[in-house]
Order: sequence, then structure tokens, then C-alpha cells
Amino acid sequence: MTYRSYFPRDVFAELDRLQRDMQQAFDLSPSIRGLARGGFPAINVGSSPKSLELYAFVPGVEPASLDVQIEKGVLTLAGERKTEPAPERATLHIDERFAGRFRRVVTLPEDVDPDAVDARYSDGVLHISIARRQAAQPRRITVQ
Amino acid sequence: MNDTTSVTRQEAKPKTEAALMPPVNVIEDSSGITLFADLPGVPKDRLTLNVEAETLTLEGEVAIATPEGMEATHVEVGLPRYRRVFTLSKELDPEKVTAEFGQGVLKLRIPKAEHAQPKKIQVKIT
Repeated sequence: MTYRSYFPRDVFAELDRLQRDMQQAFDLSPSIRGLARGGFPAINVGSSPKSLELYAFVPGVEPASLDVQIEKGVLTLAGERKTEPAPERATLHIDERFAGRFRRVVTLPEDVDPDAVDARYSDGVLHISIARRQAAQPRRITVQ
Repeated sequence: MNDTTSVTRQEAKPKTEAALMPPVNVIEDSSGITLFADLPGVPKDRLTLNVEAETLTLEGEVAIATPEGMEATHVEVGLPRYRRVFTLSKELDPEKVTAEFGQGVLKLRIPKAEHAQPKKIQVKIT
């Protein structure tokens, strides 16, 4: 599947990205699912001791049409983004926005609980929060 | 002296703020131009549209609530800001721009001025 660049950046951010890509190019053992950077939707991942937070940037998609699945430690986000039908006899001057079916796959860490998932969509961002298992959460041990 | 420094600082500020370039679609029909822009994560009150002397500026700030103690581990949207500037042409009417914004998608309609509406030109055969 070919992806088009989703967020072209300004020069400074572009240099930053170039540097990161260089680092990744030298990584001799990349993820088996490849480098999905630049695909649609863009995904940010954060982690806290209690949960794993995933933010997928999917503007203009009906929340009900999003398909989020967790199976065997792998999270799949799939859906379709339809474009607005162009009026008759119109000229398309710039066409950069993603259109069509999309699918992104993320490997989850082992300590998350696939039964404690919360997914919310607002302002074009899908926020998936997956809780970590109780046993995996850090615990302070008091010394007697 | 002080005045000059404050002026230069103000001018330099917007340029140093790096921003993402939102992807857009621009469609033109006989009565105007329609622009769609993807601005995910921007709430309605953080979106700024500005038309000034034939320059259209779209700006939006990303506001996403993150839980306390969260550390980013993988980042693809690396800046909390979008910005894009377009130059409008003379036949467009900046007074009549209408905008809709929902689910992170901005729809902007810029109609053409009355005098610029298409006119059919009759070709006379002599």
C-alpha cells in the first residue's frame, strides 16, 4: 500500500524528521510491520504507569464507521474516508487530503489489559486508552 | 532603542513558531472556490481564519487532553499547531467567505465577486 505524506512540515520540522529518518535507516532491526510513519491516520502513542494512550488523527470520519480491534496483542484501526463529491464542471486545483480505505496496525506491549479499553472520538482525533494490568503497575514497597 | 527591540521581537515571533502544514483540497467551480483542510485535534475556539490584503491564513492549535504522567513514546504529529497561507486572487470576494468546521475538517467557501461571475460570450460570425 502506498501512502502519501500526511502532514508536510515546514523546513525546520522537515530537518528534524530527516534526522529521525536517518536514525531509523541505521536501525538494523526495524519492526516487522515496517515503518508506517507518514501513513494515514497519523498516530501518537504515549504511555503512563497506569495505561497506554493512543491518539489517531482521523479527521472527517464518522466515529461509528471506525473499526478498532484488539487481537493477540495487536491493535488494528481500520476505516474508510470518503471525499466530498465534487460539483459538476469543477476544477480540482489542490488534492492533498487522504481518501479511501485505511488500516493501521500497532503491536501492544504485553502488560496491557485488552478488556479495559476506552475509545473516544472528538475534533477528528480518536483517543484509545488501554489500561495496564494491575500486576504490571509499579508498587511502592514500604520497608519496615 | 527599547522600542526597536520590542518591535523586532514581535515580528520574529510568528516565524519561529514551527507549525505543521495541514493537507488541503481546493476545488473551483463557476461561482467560487471551496477549500477543505484537515485540522485534527483543533477545537472550534482554537481555529483562526484571517483574510488580509488578499492573503488567507489558516491557523489552528491542537488541544488534546493527556492523562497525568504520560510520556510520549511514538510521535507522528510532532507539533501542536497548524498553519497555512494562501494568496487569493482579485476576482474572489473576501467579504463573503463562509466557514464550517467539524470533526477536524474545515470547509471554506470563497465566492467570486459579482462582476467576476462567468458570462457567456457570443461569437458572431460575420
